[in-house]
Amino acid sequence: MRAVTAFLLTAVLLVSGAAAAAEPQRIVSAGGDITEIIYQLGAGDRVIGLDSTSNFPADAAEKAQIGYIRRLAAEGILSLQPDLLIAAHDAGPPPAVEQLRAAGLRVEIAPKGDSVAGVQEKIRFVGKILELPEQAEALARKLEGEMKASLEIAEANKERPRVIFVLNTADGAPLVGGTETSADAIIALAGGVNAASGFEGYKPMSQEAIITAAPDVLLMMSQTVTRMGNIDVMLSRPEFQLTPAGKNRRYVAMEGILLFSFGPRLPQAVRELATALQQKGG
Amino acid sequence: MAVTTALQRRAAGVFGRRPLFSALVALVVLMAFAEVALGPVRLGPSDLFSVLIGEGERGPTAILLQIRMPRMVLGLAVGIGLALSGCALQGVLRNPLADPGLIGVTAGAAVGAVGVIVLGNFFVGDLPAVVRPYALPLGAFFGGILVTGFVFTFAGRGGGTNVAMLILAGVAVNAIAGALIGAMVYISDDQQLRDLTFWSMGSIASGNWMSVTITAVIAVASGLFLLRMGRTLDLFQLGERAAFHAGVDIERQKRRIALLTALSVGAVTAAAGPIGFIGLVAPHMARLIVGPAHRHVLPAAALIGGALILGADLGVRLAVPPTEPPIGLATSMIGGPFFLWLLMRRMNKGGGNA
Repeated sequence: MRAVTAFLLTAVLLVSGAAAAAEPQRIVSAGGDITEIIYQLGAGDRVIGLDSTSNFPADAAEKAQIGYIRRLAAEGILSLQPDLLIAAHDAGPPPAVEQLRAAGLRVEIAPKGDSVAGVQEKIRFVGKILELPEQAEALARKLEGEMKASLEIAEANKERPRVIFVLNTADGAPLVGGTETSADAIIALAGGVNAASGFEGYKPMSQEAIITAAPDVLLMMSQTVTRMGNIDVMLSRPEFQLTPAGKNRRYVAMEGILLFSFGPRLPQAVRELATALQQKGG
Repeated sequence: MAVTTALQRRAAGVFGRRPLFSALVALVVLMAFAEVALGPVRLGPSDLFSVLIGEGERGPTAILLQIRMPRMVLGLAVGIGLALSGCALQGVLRNPLADPGLIGVTAGAAVGAVGVIVLGNFFVGDLPAVVRPYALPLGAFFGGILVTGFVFTFAGRGGGTNVAMLILAGVAVNAIAGALIGAMVYISDDQQLRDLTFWSMGSIASGNWMSVTITAVIAVASGLFLLRMGRTLDLFQLGERAAFHAGVDIERQKRRIALLTALSVGAVTAAAGPIGFIGLVAPHMARLIVGPAHRHVLPAAALIGGALILGADLGVRLAVPPTEPPIGLATSMIGGPFFLWLLMRRMNKGGGNA
């Protein structure tokens, strides 16, 4: 009996690929950052379903769509016959997650992380789950190296421009990113200072408060700009016209899913924003 | 004594309309069966059978017993609770536009729920771990009860409960609740905002047998009391004075309906979020089908309410799998056109004012 066990053990150790039987092959991923990490680790072909926040890389659009990450439908996910649900920290609602576990599905919730160390932790977590630890370690180190280069660009900018992030201006006061937001985090990483301080989260900011905050640069998501027509609509609004950003026409429009992914493309986002913040406008 | 005659009367009426009621019961049974048998995961009759005799595999067993069955039970409780409450309120207020939202139950429940979502960080951590998952439904339940209690107490200050005052107080309370919710939306962070947006769209995917059982017991118990009030509600249609002279203790009956409605709507809103439309429209559908007598309208509305919720849930679960749109979309999408069709049929018949 022992001999048989020993033989089996050796066989498994020798042909580590044999462990593939236990490796998840039908993965459902919820959370844009987690999905990007899975693809970067080269396991994109094992993904069968994605949530609505996972829209990078482009071929993610071909996977089955499971809906919004905080509104997962247990039975819908089970109907894809997955062997793993790997999700970002805010996946929910909790009853749906419990139902999935009760049905025997392996559910793994990644840690939260809006910093370089946090992203590395997420990468290592995904690597462990997908049994790709070496690839994950390599990706984490690559991220660190790229991040160092990006941060150097950011630090070279001695101006420390005051940046205001405007999420949208649907009705009345513009919705602005305050402290404790991903906008605040990315602005700081890229060598800027968030001009909107004194409130947490995304809040409507009064026009006069915006003028008083005197932002040097207006930061927006490119899809918001497209939706409004063009950037002039924004810059010609009185509250921005009267700020340094409006006077010097200094603005940055970046793709939202890159700007706020806090996944493996974080260095790229920081580099692009840091470079853009050095432009003096025009 | 009065109860016995009312029961006999109802029995006679129900049997007189036996084909209609048989059809409605059959519809509810069919819907309940479909809710359990159909879903994005295909389960064959053999799966259903093996789970039924307790020998199913883990996956199908969990899907049937932890996902579909609780939904079916909660859906019936929600439909019955909302329909009967709406019916009783329309009857006692003699207002065809009355629904549980009008007297503030829904608004109160929403304030309670949103309060727990947004301000929960400050106190939920101090609660015992067993209670924590139920903080939201409890908040919604007591919010609904408190606000309804306030509206009725306010309208009853001058001695008798004044129906016009009741409706106006309800309007005012709804406005206040809207402002409170707005204030909490303003101070909420992104995650709370998303949670409360989704809560406000309603869902019967709770999946927790504990909360489903509690909700069903409250909704069905209040429902049984409401079902016995057919004669009282009929007399209310003649006007409160006439009802009084016919021997109805109108104040007592009003308070009773307020309490039963608040309990039932509070419980279903706590478990499933605010699901509109059913409480307003199920009684009207029932009236168009079985005529105006409340001893018929009440049971018919309960059956229609249950069938509508289950049909709507089936719709959202099967429409675009593996995602699941909120049930509120489907109740209006299915109920709205059906209601219009009933109205049109009534107009063609020359019935005029239905």
